[in-house]
Amino acid sequence: MTAWFQSTWLGFGWGWFISTLILILLIALPLMLAVAMIIYADRKIWAAMALRRGPNVVGPFGLLQSFADGLKVFLQETIVPSASNKGLFLIAPIITFTVALMAWAVIPFNSGAVLADINVGLLYILAISSLGVYGVVMSGWASNSKYPFFSAMRAAAQMISYEVSIGFILICVVLWAGSFNLNAIIEAQRGHGLGLVNGFFFNLLLFPMWVVFLISSLAETARAPFDLTEAESELVAGYQTEYSSMSFALFWLGEYANVLLMCALNAILFFGGWLPPLELEILYWIPGWIWLFAKIFFFFFVFSWVKATVPRYRYDQLMRLGWKVFLPLSLTFVVLISGYLMLTRYGA
Amino acid sequence: MTVAQLIKSFTLWEFVKAHALTLKYFFKPKATINYPFEKNPISPRFRGEHALRRYPNGEERCIACKLCEAVCPAAAITIDSDVSEDGTRRTTRYDIDLFKCIYCGFCEEACPVDAIVETRIHEYHMEHRGENIMTKDKLLAVGERYEAMIDADKAADAKYR
Repeated sequence: MTAWFQSTWLGFGWGWFISTLILILLIALPLMLAVAMIIYADRKIWAAMALRRGPNVVGPFGLLQSFADGLKVFLQETIVPSASNKGLFLIAPIITFTVALMAWAVIPFNSGAVLADINVGLLYILAISSLGVYGVVMSGWASNSKYPFFSAMRAAAQMISYEVSIGFILICVVLWAGSFNLNAIIEAQRGHGLGLVNGFFFNLLLFPMWVVFLISSLAETARAPFDLTEAESELVAGYQTEYSSMSFALFWLGEYANVLLMCALNAILFFGGWLPPLELEILYWIPGWIWLFAKIFFFFFVFSWVKATVPRYRYDQLMRLGWKVFLPLSLTFVVLISGYLMLTRYGA
Repeated sequence: MTVAQLIKSFTLWEFVKAHALTLKYFFKPKATINYPFEKNPISPRFRGEHALRRYPNGEERCIACKLCEAVCPAAAITIDSDVSEDGTRRTTRYDIDLFKCIYCGFCEEACPVDAIVETRIHEYHMEHRGENIMTKDKLLAVGERYEAMIDADKAADAKYR
């Protein structure tokens, strides 16, 4: 597509620019739609597990609920507190939202279907997801209100703590796949389990890492049971307390785009991304992006399932889990996996 | 910590059990009803919005005995009375403050002529300040509008009173 645009009168530079812009919109707009539907799915799953019905009035089965909410929020007034730092206050949700979208640049939707097929894709995702904390911290600081500030402090500490163990888990995956490129990581999972199962989860050394990664991604996206940043019984609504209308909606969208990203990472790093779950010829009849979306939705269901099941952690328990359980565990597995690979793959 | 506990904590056994339970509930029939579209049955004794009734010939039942005003524990009822043109004792004012009312039903029980009743209507609202005061006209209007329903409810409950 880039080549076609560059062959027209646009020339090399503008052709690249226009085609990249179209590709970005091709990812971002369906992503926004997916976020709207996934918020609906979240509410529906949560409701079903609590024996409730969930949204069921707007549109068939309530499918348009998120759009109704979006319209409502869009028509409301943006309230900027007089005590707040206005510039930062308004930039913070934009940063959260933008950063949540940016990480999708390196997610491969099918073999070769990726906006930026860079060799350090995983590092890029790590860097971008670390940037996400800036939006939260800035909103907490700029609100000039105590609960958002507490919440921002918590969010910063929580995200940094869990990114440490996530980093080590990613190292395990990278060691095994031998690449930071997400497409290469997916290809490395082809027939990983006995030549039949596509995915690193079918591996005694990497399976525990997947469990740790799943729990860490819950913490990283501040989902239940680690949603201490918006613990309503302690912090009103956390760092979103002072926000209203679209600035609030941007946080909301960014948060769920991040959740989807973490689900996609679970699918790509451990469950074979766009590969079908089993290495069978017939399963390749279904296009790769459908497999990826199915896996993302499965992990989102798990996220909602966890939210509906477990109570919220105490903050010291959260820190204990991050630093005293997950960090030593993931470090041990880095040693185990690199040792195993030295013995088998790179053995002298 | 025993070995069994250690295994349990490392396999996240409690979490697995909890999630199995919630997954079971996920497929269960929902406990909530589809409220605005389907409603729970309501007893004929339900104490909802108030109404003042008339006799079938159109005469007001209320004789301004003020027993309801006296019995009202929340002092929500205010009654003024006078002699009407036909020489009977009638209310000139019969106000119920719905904000004060606790819907205990004592007024209904105290009434010797079954004039003030609480209907099964429970979905009503106010849009402006002051609408919480149910005046005599409004109460009579409610009574006229739902007389058939009120009559059926009273008849259904009559044998228990």
